[in-house]
Amino acid sequence: MATSTIPETRTRRRSSKARTQLTGDSSIYVTIFVALVAVGLTLGPLIYLALGGFRSNAQIAADPNALPDPWVWQNYWNILSNGTFWRFTFNSLVVAGATTIGVVALGTMAAYPLARYRFRGREGIFVVFTAGLMFPLTVAIFPLFLLLQDLGWVGGYWGLIVPQVAFALPVTVIIMRPFLQALPDELEEASFMDGLTRVGFFFRMILPLAKPGMVTVGVLAFLGSWNGYLLPLVILTGRDAPTTLPLGVTQFQGQNASDFAGIMAYTFLAMIPALVFFLMMERRIVDGLSGAVKG
Amino acid sequence: MTALEASGTGKGPAADVIAPAAGSHPVTPATSNSRRDNRRKWIEIAIFVGPALIVFLTFVVFPMVMAARYSLYKWDSRQPFELAEFIGFDNYTRALIGGTDPETQEIFWKAYAEPFWNAVGNNFQIIALSMLIQLPVAMIVALVLNRRFRGRSGVRLIIFAPYVLAEVTAGLMWMMLLDPRGPITTMVQSIGLPVPSQGWLEDPTWGFWTFFFIVSWKYIGLAIILFLAGLAGVPQELQEAASIDGASWWQVQWRINIPLIGPTVRVWAFLSIIGSIQLFDMAWVLNKGGSTGQYSTIATLMVDIGTQRNDGGYASALAIIMFIFSMTAALIYMGLIMRRDNTSSPTGKSKIKKGV
Repeated sequence: MATSTIPETRTRRRSSKARTQLTGDSSIYVTIFVALVAVGLTLGPLIYLALGGFRSNAQIAADPNALPDPWVWQNYWNILSNGTFWRFTFNSLVVAGATTIGVVALGTMAAYPLARYRFRGREGIFVVFTAGLMFPLTVAIFPLFLLLQDLGWVGGYWGLIVPQVAFALPVTVIIMRPFLQALPDELEEASFMDGLTRVGFFFRMILPLAKPGMVTVGVLAFLGSWNGYLLPLVILTGRDAPTTLPLGVTQFQGQNASDFAGIMAYTFLAMIPALVFFLMMERRIVDGLSGAVKG
Repeated sequence: MTALEASGTGKGPAADVIAPAAGSHPVTPATSNSRRDNRRKWIEIAIFVGPALIVFLTFVVFPMVMAARYSLYKWDSRQPFELAEFIGFDNYTRALIGGTDPETQEIFWKAYAEPFWNAVGNNFQIIALSMLIQLPVAMIVALVLNRRFRGRSGVRLIIFAPYVLAEVTAGLMWMMLLDPRGPITTMVQSIGLPVPSQGWLEDPTWGFWTFFFIVSWKYIGLAIILFLAGLAGVPQELQEAASIDGASWWQVQWRINIPLIGPTVRVWAFLSIIGSIQLFDMAWVLNKGGSTGQYSTIATLMVDIGTQRNDGGYASALAIIMFIFSMTAALIYMGLIMRRDNTSSPTGKSKIKKGV
């Protein structure tokens, strides 16, 4: 293998030079044009939203398409100085964090025997998990609500966390199993020769080596939980329910329907955590999404 | 429990009969007592898989089974289920044809079947339009962007950003932008074009298309990013050889790039179809599917009936119908995937062995 890489890179370098000569600069303008249009269509609405939050309702009513004049800080300040926004963010963080930990722990544990043990019924259990892809939360929402009601989990953290873990498990197992299967058999062989048990192998070797896969599934689970709407909508009834951010946004919109500037500021603020998270984890999210179904 | 399975060890090469290339020296942690080791193995499996399986069965499978059961009852969900009345498949026939009773069929057709078919039609229109509009647009954008230029990674990042936003926030943003007195309306008016009088989303014909536009804005980034990832895996030598032989840019795309990212397109199509069938958040945030159901989906109809009309049985029947649609799509997809894997796996395996 080591010997074959050198000529390979050499030909690739040579051919990429040929490529630039062949395609030339003729279509770079098309590329730039398409890129600019796509970026504009994507960012335009978001920028309008952010700027709208800096205007007063009177300004918006006078001319919806104008820059803030003067800049109004009141909308953002009112939301940020009011405890509810932070409380909703905190609730979302707790729910999404706990969901992520639960999914990664249970999913990796389940994937280990499914990937590296040989036992009867292994494929059957795996099929049961994969079939979970066909059971979206939407379909099961009413019986799930009744079940959570019986458990006394309606209107609390557990009612959000545990079902979200359950519904994220199929994707997790589907991604983690091939990931663990891909670890070389020689590694296992050597570990056993050194006297490691299968359980020891899991903690000493699998966990450190599976970290990239765990991060990927964790990121997907976090995002799914953070953006989740239907389950909080149905479960979080009652005065003391830990309202999550998506639900909080719609509540604010419902209570202040005529306060355009306020809604825009609130909506934009609610987008920021997801955008920051995305900027940090972009690679993982793309890998996870494309890997989830191919696996 | 079938604890009599012969191979007591882990997936080590000693027990692995299908890995003859990896040497034949048996190395097992405990060769002395295979029976005790076997029991130990089953305990380990139970501890590792058990928690996930229990959570999954309790909170995913059990509610699904209960939904199937509820769907056979006439049940006011404000009351305990014990008071529900078994009515067989009446909830289903009501949704599909307005019930089997000729006396009430006309009324039920209006009350149940019409909104149902409207929602199903919307779901399937979104699937069809995703394939007819989102797919070509995303493909062209991906092909055009599939080259080196300044700021490429930044452009990719921005295009993908809407996908990670919560449906709720993206939906509210578009609601603001599309308000009858909002920026888009005034912009269209200022260039002298007519605007729908009830607003974009509430208009009987424009409403659905506006909704489809919003959905596309939110999700097309996934298609573009997946296609770009697929294109990155196409060997450059092929494209260069073709262009040396005089193929035009478009011929290279059509004959080489597009066929070679077929698997990626299939993955996207599957995600898109499943997502379209289960579409809920966005439609619900935008005024619960529209005041006349211009863009209501099966899911919004189900939640509407379950929460506003408290008809637990009928809502469950809708859930099961939605599940059947999803399952059909998934089975078709799995069939395709398996065919692909069967044709490609021999080469894949031999490559791994060679690498080792």
